[in-house]
Amino acid sequence: MKRRDFFKLSLKGVITAGLAKGLFELVKPEHILASTSNIRRVFLIDAQECCGCGLCIKACKLENEIPYESSVSRTWIERYVLTKDGKVHADATNAGKDGFTSTKIDLGMGKYKDIKKEDIKKAFFVPKLCNQCENPSCVQVCPVGATYQAADGVVLVDRKWCIGCGYCIMACPYGVRFFHPKYRTAEKCNFCYHRISKGLKTACVQACVFGSRKLGNLKDPNDPVTKTIMTERVWVLKEEYGTKPQVYYTNLSMEVR
Amino acid sequence: MKNHVFRPLLVVIGLVAIVLIARLFIVPKDFGVWERGYMYGWHRKGNEDEWKAVKVKFQGREYCKDCHSQQYSQISGTPHFRIQCENCHGPAIDHPSDPPKLNIDRRRDLCIRCHSYLPYPTTVRGKIKGINPDEHNPGIECVMCHNPHKASKPI
Repeated sequence: MKRRDFFKLSLKGVITAGLAKGLFELVKPEHILASTSNIRRVFLIDAQECCGCGLCIKACKLENEIPYESSVSRTWIERYVLTKDGKVHADATNAGKDGFTSTKIDLGMGKYKDIKKEDIKKAFFVPKLCNQCENPSCVQVCPVGATYQAADGVVLVDRKWCIGCGYCIMACPYGVRFFHPKYRTAEKCNFCYHRISKGLKTACVQACVFGSRKLGNLKDPNDPVTKTIMTERVWVLKEEYGTKPQVYYTNLSMEVR
Repeated sequence: MKNHVFRPLLVVIGLVAIVLIARLFIVPKDFGVWERGYMYGWHRKGNEDEWKAVKVKFQGREYCKDCHSQQYSQISGTPHFRIQCENCHGPAIDHPSDPPKLNIDRRRDLCIRCHSYLPYPTTVRGKIKGINPDEHNPGIECVMCHNPHKASKPI
């Protein structure tokens, strides 16, 4: 074979292989299936309406069998107190499961700082939970395929498959993941997958007293949550990480991280 | 090819074959690339059903309504109607069969979750009627004087 013929043949081979691969990508049945999913679970939180009672945390821990006395939780409430001297004080004692009952800010290590009413500029509560990101960094780093995104956008953890390496816990920019104290596998909020798949509200949404938490379907244009997200001013946390979080907030302040 | 090259090569090929055959048996049939593609959808499909099969514990106030209609009508129309029954009475699960009796949380801690006054005017919390739990009858359960189903002045 001449050198010229060899190059010609190689070129043809590469083009054919490339086309075949491209075609294979185009007609991937999974992608066609995914495009037909008519559900995209999202969350909408109105920080104005959170009273910091922590009943959502209590309900979540009982519903999802997270040992109640442990400090870990699938969802939590943060308190932000902004004082007139320009300082930001924030705490979330025990994930807020017992509510916020004192003006004392928990500084950790058993220390507290009491903030007087006249020093407060702004004070508010921010409920947090898994953002069920469109580009979940926790899923990308899993070496064994134990964590994944379902068709409706919810990120789940396969307890039988998880090897407990903790990569996903490090990868989540929101600090949502932790090790389950009993199962010793990665654990996270999954929007109460057993409830939403039966058409129920999540435990935290149901327990929420002032309707601060709402669950929605972004692919349903008539969903009130979707309408709010599409027409009103909403904000997401840590947009700069590029994970496209799907927990939207109204009445949030820039001090919230 | 010389023998000292060929023999280890055979061993390597054999090992690869063993791994591939073992993989056939170990990896579940439903493990693969699902809806969200290779990057996010690489998982065991059966796990989705395992999550869906988790027991529902909080049933919501409509579950309580029929048997406890008296309490339901008593609380409806009061400010406390916005609070789910199970937030204080505990998750119903399969009540009345299992558990036959729910443990009502009557502790002060439950009431002061909302009614410990916090001077946070920029949220809904600042608008809730509240007390200072250290000064307002410390040590006594709130339900000694107040009926949570008729949230108003003391009895």
